[in-house]
Amino acid sequence: MIIPFPKSAQAAAIVCEGVHHAYGERAALRGVDLRIGAGEIFALLGPNGSGKTTLFRLLSTLVPVQRGRIEVAGLDVAVDPLAVRRQIGIVFQSPSLDKKLTVDENIACQAALYGLSGDGLRKRRDEVLAQLKLTDRRGEFCETLSGGLRRRVELAKGILHRPQVMLLDEPSTGLDPSARIDLWQTLRSMADEGISVVLTTHLLEEAEKSDRLAIMFEGQVIAEGTPDSLRGEMGDGVISIQSGDLDGVESTLRQELGLDPQRVAQELRVRCADAPGMVPRIAQTLGDRMQSISVGRPGLEDVFIAKTGHRFD
Amino acid sequence: MSAITPSPAAPLANRYSGDSVAGGVRPSGMAAAWMLAKREWIRFFRQRNRVISAVVQPLLFWLLFGTGLQGSFVGQGEQTFLEHFLPGTLALIVLFTAIFATISVIEDRREGFMQAVLVAPVGRWPVLAGKVLGGAAIAWVQAMLFLFLVYLFRAAPFSASVIGVMLLLAIVAVAMCSLGMIVAWPMDSTQGFHAIMMLGLMPMWLLSGTFFPVAPLGGDAGIGQTILGLIMRANPLTYPIVELRRLLYPGVDFAASGFAPSPVICWAVSVAFMIGTSLIAWRLMRGSRRADLVA
Repeated sequence: MIIPFPKSAQAAAIVCEGVHHAYGERAALRGVDLRIGAGEIFALLGPNGSGKTTLFRLLSTLVPVQRGRIEVAGLDVAVDPLAVRRQIGIVFQSPSLDKKLTVDENIACQAALYGLSGDGLRKRRDEVLAQLKLTDRRGEFCETLSGGLRRRVELAKGILHRPQVMLLDEPSTGLDPSARIDLWQTLRSMADEGISVVLTTHLLEEAEKSDRLAIMFEGQVIAEGTPDSLRGEMGDGVISIQSGDLDGVESTLRQELGLDPQRVAQELRVRCADAPGMVPRIAQTLGDRMQSISVGRPGLEDVFIAKTGHRFD
Repeated sequence: MSAITPSPAAPLANRYSGDSVAGGVRPSGMAAAWMLAKREWIRFFRQRNRVISAVVQPLLFWLLFGTGLQGSFVGQGEQTFLEHFLPGTLALIVLFTAIFATISVIEDRREGFMQAVLVAPVGRWPVLAGKVLGGAAIAWVQAMLFLFLVYLFRAAPFSASVIGVMLLLAIVAVAMCSLGMIVAWPMDSTQGFHAIMMLGLMPMWLLSGTFFPVAPLGGDAGIGQTILGLIMRANPLTYPIVELRRLLYPGVDFAASGFAPSPVICWAVSVAFMIGTSLIAWRLMRGSRRADLVA
C-alpha cells in the first residue's frame, strides 16, 4: 500500500518499491518495499543471508539497482547515484580508516571526497570531533586507537558532510558493551537532528533499540513496525515445551486443547492470549510426555519464529 | 514520533541548501584526486622501509652488476656495463616504486579504505588519478634522487638534456603506475600481484634493452636472437630506454651499432604507452563492479 506523503517528507525518506536483486542465479532480494522517514532509527534485522547486506549495498549505491525503484532523499538511486551519495553517510562493517594516517588526516581525506575545504572544513571538523568526543585524539594514528574509538572516527567521517541519511552496516560488530552504549547515544543524537539512521543488524537486542525495524528473511521483509507493535502481535506470552515425543505432543495439543503449536528446532512453541494460565493445563494434559515447559514474554525472535517457522540464528 | 514526519528540528529546505557544507555541495574531482595523491605521498614516506628499498635495491643492482660485468661487456657505443645499465636502473627504480604504490590499491581494498572512496560522490576517475599521479610522483622523485647521485659522482656527463631525462622519466612513471593499476585493480590478493610482477613486469623490464642490448634481426643473427629481437622491439618500454640512454650520454653515437630508433619515434611510443595504459586502467576501473565488493 502506498500512502501519499507530503513532498518534504518524501524527500527525506528512503523509499524502496519492488526491489529485486540477484547475484547470478541466486536471488538475494525478492520484492522489498520499505519507507523510512526522517529522524528515525530504522533497523534491518535478519540472519546471515537474509538479504539485508544486499539492501545496504543498493542503498549505498555500491551495486546498481536491477529491478524495482529506490529513492533516497527524494533522488532516484538508479538515475543519479552521485547526487544520492552526497546525501548519505556510510559506515561499513569493516573499517574504512587509513590506519597509517591520523584522525585529522582521515577526516581531511573524507572531506576532499565530499567537497569540503578551507574554513568550512576546519569548522565542521572541529564540530564533528567535539560531537564524537575525539578532539583530544585528532593527532593520533588510527592504528593506535581502540575499536570503539575507531568506530567513532568512522561515524565522524560519515556525518562530516551533513548527510540526510546515515547507513550503517552491523555498526556494533567488534565493540565492547560500553562502546555499544556510546554508539547508540551517538545514533540517537543524529536521529534527533533529523537524520534518518538506517542500520543492518543480526542482533535482536540491537534491533530492539531502534524506532522501527524490518525483519528480513530470504530476501523479503516479513515484518515491519516498531519493536513494541511487533511484539504486541505475538500476544502476552509464548510457551516453550520440550519433549522426546514432539509428534505425539503436538497432536495432543491440537486435538485436546485446541492450540496451534509451532515446531522450532527441538521444541514446540505456543502463542496464546493467557499464556501463564495455560501452562498448568498443558502440564496436566501432557504429564510425563514433556521434559520441560516454560513461559516467556514474546520478543522479536518470537516474531521471527512465528513468521518463518525457523529459529533466528 | 510518526515514522514519516520530518523532525521539526531540521527543516529540510535548510538541509538541502544554504549551508556551505551541506550535503548538496558538488565535490570537485580534482580536489579528491589531489587528496588521494597526497595520501599516497604521506603513506609512502611514513613507511621508511619502502623509501629505502625502492632506491637502495636498484642502486645495489647497478653497482654490483655494473662492477661485476665491467670487463666482460662492451655495450652499444663502446659503453661499459656500468654506463649501459644506468638507464635501466632508473627505469627499475620507477618500476619498483610504481609497483609498490599501486599494489597498495589491493591493501586499500582489503583494509576497507577503498570502499569509502568508491561510495564517495566523485566517481572513479579521481581514484585512478590519485593513485597514478601520487604513485608516479613518488617514483619520479626517487628516480631524481638517484639521478642526482649519478651526476654528483660523474657517472654520466651533466648537460642540458637532463630536462629531457626528467620529462621522460615522468612519462614512464605514469605509464608504469597505470600498468600497475591494470594488474592490481582486479586482484584481491598481493600474492597474485607478485606472480604477475615476476612473470610480466620484470621480464618486460629485462627485455627492454636495460640489461643487455636489443638483439639484432635477420642476417647473421640466429633464430633465437631474431625472436628475442622482435619481442624487444614490440616492448613499448624499449623506446623510452633508448631515448633515456641517448639523453644521458648525448656525446655517444648509438646509431652506429645496434637498435636506435629516432627520438621522435621513442617519444611517440613513450607517450602512446602512457596514454594507452591509462586508458585501459580507466576502462577497467569504470567497468568493474565486482572489485568493489571484495572487502
